[in-house]
Amino acid sequence: MSTTAIANPIPTPARPAPITLVGPIGWMRANLFAGWVSSLVSLLLLFLIVKWALGFIEWGVINAVWSVPNNQTQACRDLRGTGACWAVITEKHRFILFGTYPYEEQWRAFAAILIFIALFIVSALRRFWRKELLLVWVAALGSIGVLMWGGVLGLAYVPQERWGGLVITLILATFGLAFAFPLAILVALGRRSRLPAIKALCVIYVELIRGVPLISLLFMASVMFPLFLPEGMNIDKLLRAQIAIILFAGAYLAEVVRGGLQALSRGQYEAADALGLSYWKKTGFIVLPQALRLVIPPLVNTFIGFFKDTSLVLIIGIFDLLTAGKTAIIEPAWQGFGIEVYLTVGFIYFCFCFAMSRYSQNLEAELNRHRVR
Amino acid sequence: MSQTSIDPRSLRAPPRRPIRLSWSDERVRGIFWQVVVVGIVVSIVWWLWSNTVHNLEVRRIATGFGFLNREAGLPIAESIIDYNPTNTYLRALVVGLLNTLKVAVVGIVLATIFGTLIGIARLSKNWVLRTLSATYVEVIRDLPLLLQLLFWYAILQGLPGPRQALHPAEGVFLSNRGLKLPWIQWEGAHSLALLVFVVGLVATLLYRRQALAKQMADGVPRPIWHVALLALVALPLAAWAALGAPFTPDIPALRGFNFQGGLTLSPEYFALLAGLVMYTAGFIAEIVRAGIQAVPHGQREAAQALGLRPGKVLRLVVLPQALRVIVPPMTSQYLNITKNSSLAVAIGYQDIVSIANTTLNQTGQAIEGIAIIMLVYLSISLSISGFMNWYNARIALVER
Repeated sequence: MSTTAIANPIPTPARPAPITLVGPIGWMRANLFAGWVSSLVSLLLLFLIVKWALGFIEWGVINAVWSVPNNQTQACRDLRGTGACWAVITEKHRFILFGTYPYEEQWRAFAAILIFIALFIVSALRRFWRKELLLVWVAALGSIGVLMWGGVLGLAYVPQERWGGLVITLILATFGLAFAFPLAILVALGRRSRLPAIKALCVIYVELIRGVPLISLLFMASVMFPLFLPEGMNIDKLLRAQIAIILFAGAYLAEVVRGGLQALSRGQYEAADALGLSYWKKTGFIVLPQALRLVIPPLVNTFIGFFKDTSLVLIIGIFDLLTAGKTAIIEPAWQGFGIEVYLTVGFIYFCFCFAMSRYSQNLEAELNRHRVR
Repeated sequence: MSQTSIDPRSLRAPPRRPIRLSWSDERVRGIFWQVVVVGIVVSIVWWLWSNTVHNLEVRRIATGFGFLNREAGLPIAESIIDYNPTNTYLRALVVGLLNTLKVAVVGIVLATIFGTLIGIARLSKNWVLRTLSATYVEVIRDLPLLLQLLFWYAILQGLPGPRQALHPAEGVFLSNRGLKLPWIQWEGAHSLALLVFVVGLVATLLYRRQALAKQMADGVPRPIWHVALLALVALPLAAWAALGAPFTPDIPALRGFNFQGGLTLSPEYFALLAGLVMYTAGFIAEIVRAGIQAVPHGQREAAQALGLRPGKVLRLVVLPQALRVIVPPMTSQYLNITKNSSLAVAIGYQDIVSIANTTLNQTGQAIEGIAIIMLVYLSISLSISGFMNWYNARIALVER
């Protein structure tokens, strides 16, 4: 043994792994054809995927009708079941995006949508997580209000009843978050308070709201709310729905924030007490900055939930993106093309939610980097 | 602890100082702020309440639940119990509640099965299966449920009529009138067999508990399969046979313009159920995946090293630990299914929200109608979370 080692001091290079274990073939053997059950599943699924994809392309691209003259939908009706009628989108896309906003002024609604998107992107970048971001939010939401209402700077006044489409969805979700978040922090702090009356109030609020569906709160906003106010005082429907969404979001966000407060180690609280900080200083300088950082990923996930849940205002007849889509196919000429419209509206929702969910996953990985070895 | 001599008096709470009426006393501040907050909340509620009372007087709406005994006059398309429009509002609301439970219970069972399968598929070694289930989860969770419900409903409405119904298997028809499935003609013997089965299930569980307790005492395993076989299979079959073993298949068939016989899932129910199950399964899949991944790999290896067979490794080692992670978020998904079933109102399935909404439109009893909706959901939510908390406590880690 030892003599051979001396006689042959240069080690022979390791033989390459068999071609069936590395490279594309190895990958396929490990991931597609490991055993006959796995092979069968792979082949069956691949067959079904290809079949459905081809069917969808045939329906959605090859046989599809992209435009029709003057609401003459006969060409579409002839193709029912074999081809998509994207003409309904060509014809109605402005209505789906902007609702009944005056046609010449729709650039304003479009600009508002762009401001919303820019606001989301700026808020998502960690570089901009500073106090000044709050000012950016105030400025952005203010300019959206000016753009939508008009009446100043030479913009024609557009009453709120005529707003609609995507911009309503964005307004409900963003304003909902902007107001629900401070509420949620207060409630979460209240729920962990040592003062029994405050704790009880917060627990009742959270459990009551979380125990009932959002629809019942929206019904309450649309049917019962007018009874709550003194005679003559009237709040428009969109604002009432917005209040319901804020109350609803507040309860769910409060639970997320409470999770962060609980995850913070006790030593942090005690150290702040030992420094002699008052309750609000302790909360503002020590507790919240750490607790909120812990819960950013679940906060984003909760926000995705609200973004989707704003579609429920359809039930009380507020003109958001989904309602606009549903209304676009009420006209007799366009009846029966629901699938095309819902696919399009779904695609818009998907773009927003997918971006947020990817962002949340990246952020989670980034914030947990110190924990991963 | 017992060796070191500690004066037991020192373990008591420190003596309470008498409250000084001073701003620097923490307790005085606490009481002050509580009084302020409670005062604000009470005055807001009182203000809203007095406005409401005044508004109701002005509009001459009588409050109270007396309307429940009036004739409803609202038609309900599908109902588990007998119902016709001359019945009272109360009965209509009960029908609505049963419809809600019908979709929620079936939805919970199906979503759990479907979601667990997808969650396991996401961890599969097979790339196609893994990617497909991951895509499903991502897409389904990024679309609003209401949109999905409307989409399924639009698809069902776009299906051909009964005469050209899709006919994938014998006795199964899918048309714009909904889904038709073969069923059996339900008779007394079936009810009796079901009753015997339920009693047998309870008896088996009790017997298993006793057998386990004995095994814990002396270490001798006591098989229970013969008791289970007797109580769950033999006795129900005997009960069914004793009443003449009736078995009449009830297969739907096209007669004229519609189907006769069989089990019917209306388009509304089918769209709602399909939407709820597919949506929630996406969330349950993630919960199941996270739960399985949360069990450290060493646990599985240690169990294998002990010589346990794969089935026992899963049943005795992996699952009990995964369930601890899975059960709490699963509870909130069950609550979500129940609450989301209220979206039925958008596609015209008559659940409790839909019927209460019609009731409050017909009678003008807005407060009572919404109070009923909230009360129903609060009690369902509390029952589910009560049951799941009990189950969670049962499977929780027993610590010192």
